[in-house]
Amino acid sequence: MTRLPALLLCSTALTATAAAAQEELNALVWCDHTDPALIEPFEQAHNVKVNLREYEGTGAALALLDQSRPGDWDVLVIDGIDVFRAVEAGILAPLDGVSTEDFFPEVVMAENNSVDGVMYAVTEKFGYNTISYNADKVDPADMESLATAWSDKYQGRISIYDYYLPVMGLAAIAGGIPTAEIGADDMEAIGGTLSAMRGNAASVAGVVAAQTALATGEVDIVVGGGEWLTAVLAGDQPNLTWTIPAEGAVRWAQSIGVVAGTEKPDLAKEFVKYIVSPEGQARLATSSCFWGMPANAKAGEFLTDEQKAVLRWDNQPDYLARTQLYPAPDADLDVEMQDLWLETLQQ
Amino acid sequence: MSRDTARGWGFVAPALLWTLAFFVVPFVVMGAMSLATLERREVVWGLSLANYAELAEKAYLWRAVLVSLEITLTVTVVSVVLAYPLAWIIAFRVPKRWQRLALLLAILPFWTSYVVRSYAWLLVLAREGVVNQTLMNIGLIAEPITLANTRFATITGFVHFFVMLLTLTIYANLVQLSPNYRRAAMDLGANAFQTFRHVILPLTLPGIVTGAFLTFVLCIGDYVTPQILGGNTELTVPQVIMVQLGRRADFPLAAALAIVLMGIVTMAYLACARWLRLDRI
Repeated sequence: MTRLPALLLCSTALTATAAAAQEELNALVWCDHTDPALIEPFEQAHNVKVNLREYEGTGAALALLDQSRPGDWDVLVIDGIDVFRAVEAGILAPLDGVSTEDFFPEVVMAENNSVDGVMYAVTEKFGYNTISYNADKVDPADMESLATAWSDKYQGRISIYDYYLPVMGLAAIAGGIPTAEIGADDMEAIGGTLSAMRGNAASVAGVVAAQTALATGEVDIVVGGGEWLTAVLAGDQPNLTWTIPAEGAVRWAQSIGVVAGTEKPDLAKEFVKYIVSPEGQARLATSSCFWGMPANAKAGEFLTDEQKAVLRWDNQPDYLARTQLYPAPDADLDVEMQDLWLETLQQ
Repeated sequence: MSRDTARGWGFVAPALLWTLAFFVVPFVVMGAMSLATLERREVVWGLSLANYAELAEKAYLWRAVLVSLEITLTVTVVSVVLAYPLAWIIAFRVPKRWQRLALLLAILPFWTSYVVRSYAWLLVLAREGVVNQTLMNIGLIAEPITLANTRFATITGFVHFFVMLLTLTIYANLVQLSPNYRRAAMDLGANAFQTFRHVILPLTLPGIVTGAFLTFVLCIGDYVTPQILGGNTELTVPQVIMVQLGRRADFPLAAALAIVLMGIVTMAYLACARWLRLDRI
């Protein structure tokens, strides 16, 4: 009679030991990091369980981190233009020993990922907020200019990506205003362009809704779209494509860093190193949630020709030269831009 | 304190503590947050009415309140109008042994995910969706009409959901009515419409009002349906709250908007309080 309880105790102890042996890493990420094909190789190599939590919006992430205890989170993926906000809030730890020498030079963005000369994050993925369209339904030549992409000719056939910074960046570029120089004085001009765009749009949609609208024929153009929107649809609908118009477009970039106060700084840094390694970068670039260009140029060695074609690998030098990082407003300008955006939506 | 009083407090204490922890404290925190301000992305606690002043100054904010009210009132009225006959048919026309199955079928859509159901409606209402294709096939329209990404789509998605809820509350009320009320009205010379107008309808008002109030509360605070089906062609209060939180983390303004929503719900409650009878459903 005493054997069974002893056996149970033994097995419980063994299970507990096994559980204790496996470390856990907690990462606050965008949805592209939740692809098992990206995470599992790291978990197996380090015998670690990576707990991922998705978020949308830097504000929401910073609030969540603010409410957490030091050590709750180990890794943070953040919009490249918002790294300084996380540093100001004391959320990111200095990051050294992560090489960026194989990165596309334009996306190293040391000025964004460093504060006072100290590096806090590295760029991991980038892409473009530009014009996605259905090549069977619109004249591709019209998509080569921002002046015609959202013109009256396509009234009711346009969806606008529901994020004010890249779309207002595109409106600024259309008006000849560099995104890095947008100021309060430019709001009137940008507002006029936004109104014209909004007047011809059928909807203002998030990622899934914009993909659905384009795939179902509800709209034929997505302003603010790009490879991240159409790449996952390209297999079934090669007519859904994207371009960077003559005036240029907006470039987005996401960064990754180690959270200050982590109890596993070495493991967290290993995770960052894995993500920006050529293999990790290839997996991140083709994540099931959304595709995007890897920051590390050597990821090309791990991508197939088909994957490179979808990502437009060979066009990158031209695209990087013709695109601008999307606006990074200070707190006051951010309020003005958001107000203008919401006023335009409510028109 | 007598023993009975102490025992009474003992019974009431769990409910009081629950209400205190999960309603009063969060409400006080939200109220305090609405009086704080956001300065250079930092929440500064204080007793400022700046967020409420902003509500009055910024047209898109008070327009969001109006849009929310218009959509909610339309959904509530349309849902009641559709749910009442359905509940009536189930209660009085469907044989007793089939009523349970009929109710089950009526609430079947509850079993699917709210988000999936909204996306399904988006496909149904799309330019190349079932509705447009059907209307074109029967020759009612020559070109697809815009149904998705409109207020109509938002209201359709909401009504589909809330008709089920209202059917349950009204059905529960109808089956409690003794058939003698109808017989007595008929014996006294009332026709079917008069019986309904002067006897049945007043007696089923608690079920209608309770369901309508629940519809109002759930609808005005909903974010998913207008976000997916409305296509951001106009913004409701929950959508504006989400924008405030997403990038800028403007919790003070978001809290002020939430307090305004709560004020509207409180007014709706006061308007309905006379008929709200949860014990009748």
